[in-house]
Amino acid sequence: MRIKISHETHYRYDTPATLVIQILRLTPRGHAGQFVSDWRIEVSSDARLQKSEDPFGNIVHTFTAEGPVEELTVTAAGEVETEETHGVINGAIDRLPLGIYLRDTPLTEPTPDLCTFARDTMAASDGTSLDALHRLNAAVHQHIRFDTRATSVATPAATAFEEGHGVCQDLAHVFLTAARSVDVPCRYVGGYLLRSDGQNEQEAGHAWVEAFVPDLGWVGFDPAHGIAATEAHVRVATGLDYLGAAPVRGTRYGGTSETLDVAVSVSSRNPAGGGIQ
Amino acid sequence: MATPFDEMTIAGHDCRPAYDLVKAWLENHDMETLRHRSQEAELLFRRIGITFAVYGQAEAEERIIPFDVVPRVLTMGEWQRLSQGLTQRVRALNAFLADIYGPANIIKAGIVPADLIYQNPYFRPEMIGVKVPRSIYVPISGIDIVRVDAETFYVLEDNARTPSGVSYMLENREVMMRLFPDLFSEHRIAPVENYPDELLLTLQSLAPESAPGEPTVVLLTPGQYNSAYYEHTFLADRLGVELVEGRDLFVRDSIVYMRTTQGPKRVDVIYRRLDDEFLDPLVFRPDSALGVPGLMAAYRAGNVTLANAVGTGVADDKAIYTYMPEIVRFYLGEEPILKNVPTWRCREPEALAYVLDHLPELVVKEVSGSGGYGMLVGPAADSETIEAFRAKLKAKPEDFIAQPTLALSTCPTFVGNGVAPRHVDLRPFVLSGSDQVRIVPGGLTRVAMREGSLVVNSSQGGGTKDTWVLDDPTPADSPPGTPSSTAEVTTMEHQVSDQARSQSQSQSQS
Repeated sequence: MRIKISHETHYRYDTPATLVIQILRLTPRGHAGQFVSDWRIEVSSDARLQKSEDPFGNIVHTFTAEGPVEELTVTAAGEVETEETHGVINGAIDRLPLGIYLRDTPLTEPTPDLCTFARDTMAASDGTSLDALHRLNAAVHQHIRFDTRATSVATPAATAFEEGHGVCQDLAHVFLTAARSVDVPCRYVGGYLLRSDGQNEQEAGHAWVEAFVPDLGWVGFDPAHGIAATEAHVRVATGLDYLGAAPVRGTRYGGTSETLDVAVSVSSRNPAGGGIQ
Repeated sequence: MATPFDEMTIAGHDCRPAYDLVKAWLENHDMETLRHRSQEAELLFRRIGITFAVYGQAEAEERIIPFDVVPRVLTMGEWQRLSQGLTQRVRALNAFLADIYGPANIIKAGIVPADLIYQNPYFRPEMIGVKVPRSIYVPISGIDIVRVDAETFYVLEDNARTPSGVSYMLENREVMMRLFPDLFSEHRIAPVENYPDELLLTLQSLAPESAPGEPTVVLLTPGQYNSAYYEHTFLADRLGVELVEGRDLFVRDSIVYMRTTQGPKRVDVIYRRLDDEFLDPLVFRPDSALGVPGLMAAYRAGNVTLANAVGTGVADDKAIYTYMPEIVRFYLGEEPILKNVPTWRCREPEALAYVLDHLPELVVKEVSGSGGYGMLVGPAADSETIEAFRAKLKAKPEDFIAQPTLALSTCPTFVGNGVAPRHVDLRPFVLSGSDQVRIVPGGLTRVAMREGSLVVNSSQGGGTKDTWVLDDPTPADSPPGTPSSTAEVTTMEHQVSDQARSQSQSQSQS
């Protein structure tokens, strides 16, 4: 599947900022089911993008924009070819020991309720890790109602779980917390989703998880949709939680009243795939 | 518990030779004079403003740590053995950190369990693969030592994050020299005053290769609300370097700058007294206003040195502590010179069973606790406290270790109505530079002021003493301590930025 992506993040300040520093995880890498045929990343301001790699294997760009900065646009865009692998990830850059993926983070702190939920859900499985994870995926999908107004990027898994609503990153956090509580190594994935309903213009990127299954390796699960990751999922960054894979983390000095606009467009380049070109 | 070893008196009431002069001095001064001197000492400390805040107390009052005027004495022979053991221990700590953030051979060899490292809250995955200057992760450590008899010193705890207390070591000596100048002329007491010079040399030796000949060093403090803020101001002053807060620094193109009235000045080495999770809001806690956005990018790029390195807390964790003898053997191929206190790892079922059966005799510590918090001292606890602890221990055994209640050595201590033995420990400060390990002879002696108490932590009412390493009286010896040149450091006025800093809004992923 050929997928065309454009992701624009636009900041505007009522009074200009004197300095803006950001780190970006906006560059996908290839693996067996994903080939990045074309990608570019740009910042509107006159700033030098410094490219590096973090321990999770993500490509990171860091830049400093010197003021006065009234507006700033970060653009990532390109084309990716994907293949259906039924969620199994092969050939991705992966240097970290599995034990790292069992760590708690402030956003994925387990609670007794979440641990019970994980145990009960997975106990009903046929005993294989893969089946148990599919059950967990379905249970998280069922338990948490999708609601874009209910949570923020700082909402921990425990809160989303307790309140029973959230967005894809909350579902991902609940999955991560539950899986790690039963000792399944698990990571957060940030990326894009080509939607089957033809909704190409989106307000945000997508998020799901990957869990480690013995003999199979990393397998992607999308609790927001209750399915395994598909060829419509474009992987960009992984981390222990949202903060480790966030597309943009930044700070500004000076400046007031920041306005943020995000425009994500994900479309198919295949004539049969419902592309809009 | 056996009768504790008193460092002044041999059982049978003879005086150990090291204390001959101190004993004579005590006999020549009546209690009234000692009381008077103690009051003078307190006045001096108040005037200096050396205080600390006690966490967990509603009023969070600023307190003075009680100072005891009777010095604690070690012989040069005792010190030399300690010093060799400390050097060995810190070499092993550095090798361990370089390994676990690198090839992880010690895990592959099955010596330290992987989960103790990778799931340790103080392990920082962000440090994996980062090149730390000269592989010195812990330029500044404080190793807590206790003594149980004439021959045996144990390491009680390694402090490899941001150990504090060195200002007390220095101030205690200054106050003692003012109060009792005659004592100093009669004794050959090894100097500690050169600590700031040694610290500066250590920090400079670890500057990035791209730094100029005279690297710019700063001390980064969380600010005046930190309990050790006094020490931060004190050390910056003695080092002759700028005391900065996060807002005084900024990062541009992966280089750290300090704001000054003459414009931005590049910073090469940051002696940071700010915890890992607050260092850089773009990598760690996003809500931290105390750190420097982009600092980790500069660090990873090798453009700035952080002392200590990020992620060193995993090495001073009490669970890892239990593996230190194996760690020393694994990296250095040597037998540890300094022993660990025998320790039960409650994560191991057999050890847990023993500990639960012997709680009234043991000291039980939370693996991630510090400052004497979250600790059970069995012999001093009532049965209600013991039962409450038993429940905690059963619920999460992996969070605890247990040790026998040690008969910590005692030293003569002025206690108001006379001089009496009180339990002590010792925190020497070990400096590891690219060129050498430096330890000023002595350290901070902490003393439990209450009779029979074993808890020396200042947060729990402990006091401090001046610590003397007495040079042997043989004139053939070279004078103790290496004289060091005081580096010329220009202090620069810097303006505190009044610019507000704000986190960029985050976009959600849905």
